[in-house]
Amino acid sequence: MKGIIVVLKKEVRENLRDRKAVFNSLLLAPILFPVLLIGMTWLGTSAQTERAERVLEVPVVGAEQAPNLILYLEKHGMVVKPAPDNPESLVKSQKEPVIIRIPETFGEQWQAGRPAEIEVIIDSSRPESDIPTSRVKGLLSGYGSEIGMLRLQMRGVSPIVMSPLLIRDIDLSTPQSRGMIFMLFLPYILMITAFMGGMHLAIDTTAGEKERRSLEPLLINPVPRWQIMMGKLIATAIFGMASLVLTLIAFRITLPYLPLAALGVDLGLDILAMVGILLVVAPVALMAAALLTVLATYAKSFREAQSYMGLVILIPMIPTLMFMSDPVKPEASMMPIPLFSQNLLIGELVRGETVPVQWLLYSAAGTLIFAFALIAFAATLFSRPRVVFSDA
Amino acid sequence: MIEVRNLHKSFGEVKAVNDMTFEARDGEITGLLGPNGAGKTTTLRMLYSLLPPDGGDIRIDGLNPTKDAMAIKTTLGVVPDSRGLYNRLTARENIRYFGELHNLPKQTIEERIESLTATLDMSDFIDRRTEGFSQGQRVKVAIARAMVHQPQTVLMDEPTNGLDVMSTRALRKYIRSLKDTGQSVVLSTHIMQEVAALCDRIVIIAKGKVAATGTVDELISRSGSDTIEDAFVQIIGSEEGLMA
Repeated sequence: MKGIIVVLKKEVRENLRDRKAVFNSLLLAPILFPVLLIGMTWLGTSAQTERAERVLEVPVVGAEQAPNLILYLEKHGMVVKPAPDNPESLVKSQKEPVIIRIPETFGEQWQAGRPAEIEVIIDSSRPESDIPTSRVKGLLSGYGSEIGMLRLQMRGVSPIVMSPLLIRDIDLSTPQSRGMIFMLFLPYILMITAFMGGMHLAIDTTAGEKERRSLEPLLINPVPRWQIMMGKLIATAIFGMASLVLTLIAFRITLPYLPLAALGVDLGLDILAMVGILLVVAPVALMAAALLTVLATYAKSFREAQSYMGLVILIPMIPTLMFMSDPVKPEASMMPIPLFSQNLLIGELVRGETVPVQWLLYSAAGTLIFAFALIAFAATLFSRPRVVFSDA
Repeated sequence: MIEVRNLHKSFGEVKAVNDMTFEARDGEITGLLGPNGAGKTTTLRMLYSLLPPDGGDIRIDGLNPTKDAMAIKTTLGVVPDSRGLYNRLTARENIRYFGELHNLPKQTIEERIESLTATLDMSDFIDRRTEGFSQGQRVKVAIARAMVHQPQTVLMDEPTNGLDVMSTRALRKYIRSLKDTGQSVVLSTHIMQEVAALCDRIVIIAKGKVAATGTVDELISRSGSDTIEDAFVQIIGSEEGLMA
């Protein structure tokens, strides 16, 4: 077993001396991902607040039909723009998010005390029109209920009759569970980090060793070949883990700068949650190290190995993409599936939920079984002449 | 002491080593001479247990490379055809790594490095990173790391390949000194001058078979030639792949 430690120590020392390796494995993810996430969140919130606070300017067709309504709207801060000729095409071509049209029948219906029709023209497939639309509808229904109350009072009826129901929202989402973007991307980012952190070492210790023609002399030493492979694989896993730890610390440091308060979100990524996340992802780092090492060992050169890695980096994306299009409720039966379970569990942890210990164990066991199968296979690779000698 | 009996190794259809028999004694330098592709490297790889033979028997001091791989590796010092060093480690660290892989005590490793540095004249560059080393410097480090455990049997694949005259002379002197301490040295080469200058006993290999064995004088008289070069050419049957 001493052989494992000798190889491990040498690989770690050698790669720590390589600036490229240190940057790619240890620094890239912790710098890149928090910056990316902060940027995305900023963009999202600033656009949202801007739309909510901007002066509402809405073209109104047939404003002359309802002068009192127009007065009400203007009193509540809406700027009434002159009527366009073709409101539908304006909305379709995205020049206006929302247009109000008061039909000619309005006055008649109003006088008769029947519900008077008002049209709100929108394109609901455009998310940026959501906020102006709801503001317009809010103003219109505000006017409607004000008039309704006045009419009841004139007939000597208490306006309370109009409200047989009093609906009160009791929202059980904790502030944490509203950190949507963060929840969607954190698992993905951590998976990628687990893979990226070990990538350089996986290549350098196997394909790189072949390329610089040092593998053959190394294998002549009286150390079982599986031990040499293990030393290399563990070094790769350590770099993957280190990258994960650094990325989590980077998030912890940058989180206060996220404009989450503006979103009404409080993300409690406290030390305990961080340790929990780390424990959940740790088996992935081991599995990634084994997978990367196996692939890179088959390659003859650094370049060939790198071309395989481009495909491997897509693997951790699969669960995230699936959950984006079809969110699922976490269940015990999903926990043994590598990458999927971690994705779900990190989501739960970030949301501040308590996760059943059983799930954590299933997740770790499922991933570790997969990892150990890969490791066992990797251990045999240096005994294959075709893998060791590129010329044999 | 190396004994090779009826050794066979094929790669698919190609018979790289075909019924090879020879021996290498202690206190002697044995040269495997043959053109490129004759099967020298394959033979050596089977000796240092990196390739399993298809048939035949190998004994190194009584041990079998397939069955006693770990034991044999502690007694072998190998300078293979691949001499890659770790560029981000110093020469000393490269040698120390192999000493640690041999599970030698720390103190012993440092002492051996000191003495090898003196013998191989490496003091100028022993603590420099091996990035940018000359061929001669690289070979010296490769030899030092192969000798750090003081092996009884030394195998070298084309040791002077790519070296300048000065380095070649220094290397030959070092190889002769190994023989004087009673070690068994086997080196492969396709350079006739090398065997003539260095080897006590020559095994001429062609097409995976042993074409002839003997001392320089024996080979000359047996072939009826005047010079060693003519003798080689006559025994092998062609000049192809050999170098004067």
